[in-house]
Amino acid sequence: MNSSPRRTILYDIQKAAGARCVDFGGWEMPVQFSSILEEHQAVRTACGVFDISHMGEIFISGPKALDWLQGLLTNDLAKCAIGSSQYTFLLNEQGGVIDDLIVYRRGEDDILLLVNAGKIAEDVVWLEAHIEAGITLDNQSDAMGALAIQGPESPKIFQGIFGREMPARSTFVALPQDGEEIIAAGTGYTGEVGFELFLPNELVPKLWERILALGVKPCGLGARDTLRLEMCYPLNGSDLSPQRTPLEAGLGAFVALDKPSFIGRDVLVAQKSSGLPVRLVALRMTEKSPPPRAHYPVLFGGSPLGETTSGVLSPSLGVGIALAYLPHDLAKLGQQVEISIRGRTFPAVVDKKPFYRPA
Amino acid sequence: MNIPDDLKYASSHEWIRVEGDTGTIGITDHAQEELTDIVYVEAPKVGAVFEAGDVCAVVESVKAASDIYSPVSGEVIEANEALASNPSLVNTSPYDEGWLFKIRLTDPSQLEALKTSSDYQAQIG
Repeated sequence: MNSSPRRTILYDIQKAAGARCVDFGGWEMPVQFSSILEEHQAVRTACGVFDISHMGEIFISGPKALDWLQGLLTNDLAKCAIGSSQYTFLLNEQGGVIDDLIVYRRGEDDILLLVNAGKIAEDVVWLEAHIEAGITLDNQSDAMGALAIQGPESPKIFQGIFGREMPARSTFVALPQDGEEIIAAGTGYTGEVGFELFLPNELVPKLWERILALGVKPCGLGARDTLRLEMCYPLNGSDLSPQRTPLEAGLGAFVALDKPSFIGRDVLVAQKSSGLPVRLVALRMTEKSPPPRAHYPVLFGGSPLGETTSGVLSPSLGVGIALAYLPHDLAKLGQQVEISIRGRTFPAVVDKKPFYRPA
Repeated sequence: MNIPDDLKYASSHEWIRVEGDTGTIGITDHAQEELTDIVYVEAPKVGAVFEAGDVCAVVESVKAASDIYSPVSGEVIEANEALASNPSLVNTSPYDEGWLFKIRLTDPSQLEALKTSSDYQAQIG
């Protein structure tokens, strides 16, 4: 495998626009253009656009494709109507998270999986290892790009580009464009209204320019991270891992234990009956402190309990926020704990999810 | 890029302004621009004693915490209290209102090892 970071088709355009890039999931991606705080604010109050072309698009089709995926994914695909999307998990045999993804149901047995950039290869290997006769797996990740347009002005931007109404949350449409197809979906990772576009790479630059010309602010992964953390949306590799189940992550709403079987189900059923050892909680700093960050120790009565998996000074709220797995007994609203920052401890409290509720 | 002539610079991007045996220390315009969006400054305590090159403060942007190194040896005599409520002064006024702390120099000859504005300009290119 090539170890040098990969770049999306927008790399040169973004660098010329002042993007500062970092390695993310094996990709050299913009972390910010002007300022993370400004970009965050643009999405909360107006509109921002993110290049998410690093993410993976895997098309699954063939008779019984849906049934086959039902045995691999946690959520109940039967409840995902054609033209709708659903958040779900791919688990290992131990019930740990390989990846969190969104399925877009294009037809009866025609499904697009939108997966994390750093997990494309692993997901494909896993899926192929479990493939059944008649199922076609078409990994289009290299040929496709993606843009996320997020913020209260998104519906107006969608109308301006496509001359039609933006798809509702968790629905999508396929739109013809220059002889190709754009999948336009009412999904996002910011908590704001918005849409995501999945399209052939060669169509991305022109669309990017068109979106910017409508006054949408280019945003990097820095703002994407602050926005998603305010919503308590997990980041795989930080808040989710092969050692943690989606139940421990507090995401049981996306796990259909009433399905007869899926990989990892037995572990989750057992965990549900015996009790969860840990739970991912939202922590809010209660006094002035340095910003919490990932991998800071969390303590109770001076004893270490674990560590934060994500943390930031919330731009919208002006307080430090973090996620951490806590022992079940302490994972309750209002529980006081401490976070250790450079050897000093600061009080924090288990807070309701999400931290931020968009207007 | 603003690099005042009357200051001395450390290659780790701190500046020092010397008046008598007192040095005022901050981070350069280049450093604040690289960090962007400074949201927290952990200034040293008054009375703390540092050797040149010691970590003496932490400046945090949205994305990262960055150590600040004392360009000289000495005792901290004042910290910039205004940064507690308005850390972005380091972004908007890195050489003036955004200073970090003042130190009583124990060895003024250390200043000779620091960079002039033109040396620092050459370093950051």
